[in-house]
Amino acid sequence: MSVQGALSPVGPEPAPVRSGAAPVRDDVEHGDARRRRVLVTTVSSDAHTWNLVYLQKVIEELGCDVVNLGPCVPDDLLVSACLEHRPDLVVVSSVNGHGHQDGLRLMRTIARCSELSQLPVVIGGKLGIDGGADEDRPAELLRAGFRGVFEDSPASLGQFRSFLARLPSRAEP
Amino acid sequence: MREGLLATRDVDATTIGTITLDSYTRVGDLGAAAQALAAGEGLNGYPIVTHPRQVTGDMLAGVVSEDFPVQVRHGSARPLDIIAAMTGTRLTATEGGPVSYCLPYGRVPLRESVRNWSRSCELLAGLEEFGLRPHLETFGGCMLGQLCPPGELVALSLLEALFFRAHGLRSVSLSYAQQTHPGQDAEALAALRRLAAELLGPTGWHVVLYAYMGVFPLTAAGARALMDDAAALAVRTGTERLIVKTVVESMRIPTVAENVQALLAAAGTARRTPRPLDGAGPVPEASPTEIYCEARAIVEAVLDLDDDIDRALLEAFDRGILDIPYCLHPDNRGRTSSFIDDSGRLRWAETGGLPVRPSVPFGKSPTVTSSDLQAALTYVSRKYDGQAYEPCGPTYLEQQEEQHPALGRAAAAGAPSQGPGSGGRPSVPVHRTNAGGTHRGTAGADGDAVRLPSGDVPWTGTSETDARGM
Repeated sequence: MSVQGALSPVGPEPAPVRSGAAPVRDDVEHGDARRRRVLVTTVSSDAHTWNLVYLQKVIEELGCDVVNLGPCVPDDLLVSACLEHRPDLVVVSSVNGHGHQDGLRLMRTIARCSELSQLPVVIGGKLGIDGGADEDRPAELLRAGFRGVFEDSPASLGQFRSFLARLPSRAEP
Repeated sequence: MREGLLATRDVDATTIGTITLDSYTRVGDLGAAAQALAAGEGLNGYPIVTHPRQVTGDMLAGVVSEDFPVQVRHGSARPLDIIAAMTGTRLTATEGGPVSYCLPYGRVPLRESVRNWSRSCELLAGLEEFGLRPHLETFGGCMLGQLCPPGELVALSLLEALFFRAHGLRSVSLSYAQQTHPGQDAEALAALRRLAAELLGPTGWHVVLYAYMGVFPLTAAGARALMDDAAALAVRTGTERLIVKTVVESMRIPTVAENVQALLAAAGTARRTPRPLDGAGPVPEASPTEIYCEARAIVEAVLDLDDDIDRALLEAFDRGILDIPYCLHPDNRGRTSSFIDDSGRLRWAETGGLPVRPSVPFGKSPTVTSSDLQAALTYVSRKYDGQAYEPCGPTYLEQQEEQHPALGRAAAAGAPSQGPGSGGRPSVPVHRTNAGGTHRGTAGADGDAVRLPSGDVPWTGTSETDARGM
């Protein structure tokens, strides 16, 4: 079963990098230790996709490869995708207002998988139905294990870009 | 629900009713729908599979008639239970398609959607044995709501109509959603009609125009102007049915009053727009346009793959002969993209495996950047908001109620809108269909419909919407 969104499988020669269709390369096998792999996903209840399409482009423009799981991602599908693709970072983007609750549940599922214990996961978007009024939300999500919380605001995209720039390069296995 | 339908029926215009299903029912989570109903919790639509047929029948008694048909809207990739629930309730019309309700909003495999939709079509077509006239509308003309070039929208709408016909449905309608340029949209609608006549024959079909389904203007004046353009476009092109939105589309779920006001406004604009002199549709001998040629090439390339349209659709997506720009479904190849050119027309950047040519100007890269995407997504809202600024609020609606007494009655029947952020539940569940939407405007939202007074119009249309609230 393919867990890729808009991506083609690896071919015998690298395909040209195109927005929205970047090939996934196994950096370790091809010896390129610097391109980071980011997995873009959303929570299980969220059918929105423009945020995911946009984020993929932003992340690719910052020099990373992206695996995009698309809408309505069940928790266990995300876990199996992480085990398969071994990303350097998981970005959860949700805009339907359920990201806070679904995100907490998702993090509990990820935490049960010992192989993913070092995997950084961040979350952003419109995570509640109150327009960002819950001041405790970021703290609660960070306590749950998210490495960054980027709730929708004029500053959040810039903050996310800075976070991504500071992400360590892909490590050897 | 019943009050909303009646308010829509009583609008001083030719309107059609809608029942939109709740999101649990849409995704087949009948347990959750039943649980919510039993607990008395508010649902964001009508749980038609959970309610006994008698309940639905009672709700519709005195509402549905020859003059006021009601369409069931659901957004489901697997609608068989929904179609089955419709049988025996006087509801005979619904909409969607194996591609358009599978690829944009979820991850049901396309193979499964095609299988379920083929059985659903056959079940719906079987209603003819009871003297009924089942009708199915394609949603393929609205793929993703925005940024799909018109040639592919027209092709998808036709392909879904052919799928419906292949599975027994004789009365169908073809959707097309207003995009970024009225001239391009008029060309697309003409191409749709021309291809429909060639492939579906002279009768048993009509066209429905959806008002813009992408990121919506923030201002009331901008929204009204966009809706006016939709109504005018429909009349100029001989389109038989129009689905409109309200001025609050970008902010929240509308009230019954706002829905009624939108219908009245559209009807008013439609009445004032001059009709084409030669009646509905283009002159058949007119030279083929670029969009017609593109749509025809895509349809032919798909149909050439297999005599069985179910298999042809699956193979087309597998090979990338059909490929929806920016669609993240695992069964979409994802090798196409689009952009808005300097004239405001929607163009192909990357064309993947489609039998069409890209339109990238000489010397420019076909890559669509994040900034390009952001600009394209907000193009229409910015364009219409730039024309005038007027805040949308209670004052505006009060003015409308003075001019249209029907609104006052509707307002009395309706509760104030419960926006996505409030968490409350309206007492009259009549809102906006919002397939995956938020208050910032969405792909896949539809709205109220006006059936345009254009002569012998077959049964069509929907009005009054329920929300899939967020």
